Amino acid sequence: MRGILHGVAALHRPRGWIVLGVLCLAGLVGLPLLNGMTPPAAWYHVPAFAVPLLGKFFCYGIVALAMDLIWGYTGILSLGHGVFFALGGYAMGMHLMRNIGKEGVYRSDLPDFMVFLDWKELPWFWYGFDSFWFAASMALLVPAALAYVFGYFAFRSRIRGVYFSIITQALTFAAMLLFFRNNTGFGGNNGLTDFKRLLGYSLQEPSTKVALYLISGAALVLAYLACRAIVGSKLGRVLTAIRDAESRVMFSGYNPLHYKLFAWTVSALLCGLAGALYVPQVGIVNPSEMQTSNSIEMAIWVAVGGRGTLVGAVLGAVLVNGAKSVFTVQWPQAWLFVLGGLFVFVTLFLPKGLLGIGERLGALRKLAARRMRAQGRPQTPERSAALSAVSAAKPHHE
Amino acid sequence: MSETTLDLQSESGPLPPGRPVGPGLDASHGVILYVEDVTVSFDGFKALDGLTLYIDEGELRCLIGPNGAGKTTLLDVITGKTRPDRGNVFFGQTLDLTRLSESRIAQAGIGRKFQRPTVFPAHTAFENLELAMNTGKRVRQTLFARLSGAQRDAIDGVLATVGLPSERDRPAGLLSHGQKQWLEIGMLLMQEPRLLLVDEPVAGMSQQETEKTAELLASLAGRHSVVVVEHDMDFVRKIARKVTVLHEGAILAEGSMEQVQNDPRVIDVYLGA
Repeated sequence: MRGILHGVAALHRPRGWIVLGVLCLAGLVGLPLLNGMTPPAAWYHVPAFAVPLLGKFFCYGIVALAMDLIWGYTGILSLGHGVFFALGGYAMGMHLMRNIGKEGVYRSDLPDFMVFLDWKELPWFWYGFDSFWFAASMALLVPAALAYVFGYFAFRSRIRGVYFSIITQALTFAAMLLFFRNNTGFGGNNGLTDFKRLLGYSLQEPSTKVALYLISGAALVLAYLACRAIVGSKLGRVLTAIRDAESRVMFSGYNPLHYKLFAWTVSALLCGLAGALYVPQVGIVNPSEMQTSNSIEMAIWVAVGGRGTLVGAVLGAVLVNGAKSVFTVQWPQAWLFVLGGLFVFVTLFLPKGLLGIGERLGALRKLAARRMRAQGRPQTPERSAALSAVSAAKPHHE
Repeated sequence: MSETTLDLQSESGPLPPGRPVGPGLDASHGVILYVEDVTVSFDGFKALDGLTLYIDEGELRCLIGPNGAGKTTLLDVITGKTRPDRGNVFFGQTLDLTRLSESRIAQAGIGRKFQRPTVFPAHTAFENLELAMNTGKRVRQTLFARLSGAQRDAIDGVLATVGLPSERDRPAGLLSHGQKQWLEIGMLLMQEPRLLLVDEPVAGMSQQETEKTAELLASLAGRHSVVVVEHDMDFVRKIARKVTVLHEGAILAEGSMEQVQNDPRVIDVYLGA
């Protein structure tokens, strides 16, 4: 037990823990208080719609962590993570459907869409979803199992790089077509919706929404710490080594298959968790979650924030989705152009994402300090020429 | 030599410290690597053509030969990267290398240095050696791995051997070309292999660096069997005790450097008829 506590404490330096603590306090205590305890007219009041919106962003943050683990650290770009997210969401959605009971439009024990399709009884694969814990475990296990099987065959065949990315696109696209069919048994293109309650709490109640928000936030923090522990371990170093020189890893006696499979499966599991937390907050899950564009967006979040940093991935997810929320309300036609432009801009000018800016500013500051010191000394023509050449080569951000 | 052979005869017997024995490795006949009648063809082109080669325990062997002679293909076959169309490759008496995966072959005790220095650029020199260390290579073992004091000392020891103590905490990507080569040799040492395959270790090195590398490799022979593939004849002359000349996928000549150099067929191949 002691060892575990020491291990957890070693994940961050004291300053990192303080920053994380302050963020948790602000997000998980401060924000709900500003929502619930303040007069609605006050400028510092957090409106009710913001709570599930931020809860949604937290779920995206978990997805971004999952993407960063497999892409940023292991070098495997998945463009099909939406399928794992959606499967987690569907598992939770099935439980929520079963919780509706006889309150549906048709007053039947079966979900409405089944009555509509004239089905007489529950298909076998819906069994067990009445139980919350069964559904919750399925939300994690089904994406993880799919990832394991898919990954096993793909990695064993040594499919890499862009080829792997393309077949992940095919995976999520195939899953979407499957879920679009009414006969598949998950509500066809309407998906699952009209949820009423979870564990006895009404989903319409503001307090339930705050609770889901808090759980999502806590899950994000735990997922972050878990990922931090993985990438900080020797296993994490093997993952990065696979990204940078896979053959050397192999000839050092590691079988990359198992390592890729580990990162890939953990990543899918995190997506399942995010999907399961996401669905009760938005009240619907349908096959559009498996659109290829959704999965590509997930990669963009990580690219914008900064790959291989974890923190950057979460930051990117929140910022890009924040921008999306603003744009889709203010100027819906423009959003896809903005997103595409953002991706191009980041790829061209910020290869390390937003977190890379901080790094560059740090380097500039060092350069400035060096120049200050240099000014104290007598200047020779060569010296000042060299300095100005250096400063011309470095892009400025002022 | 005879002492080494003795140690290896019984696997159950006590092993001298620092002498790892791969699972099932049996070099009791004094030969560590058997390559027999190996043929590899790519689209009809025979990269190796009925090649037979034996490497002794503790030997330092140089492989030379003109471009396309099949030197790198031979290393690929030994390390499991390429499968032969025909022939046997055995590590010791029992391990059939044509059936093992690359990672299993590495675990069994064969280390390989690539032609281009291949290190992990994002990791420090210390971490590079840590990853190469001869410990459990399974997922769970690495997830919970903690370095012991003895392991740290071992890593620092190898850093000293390859002359990189001052670069301990620098990312390997920032090292010079020569330093990367040495780091890679250090990584091989951490693996504690029985057989080291070294592909063009001095390509692109300065005179000084070349000499240092020659010393390093010569010091390894005896404790490890070493196979060096090299173009640089001066370098080969410096370290070689026995030289094998490959030509068109088969062995052209074998013997001491002097014997080989005076062999008319070798002169023919190298200088052109």
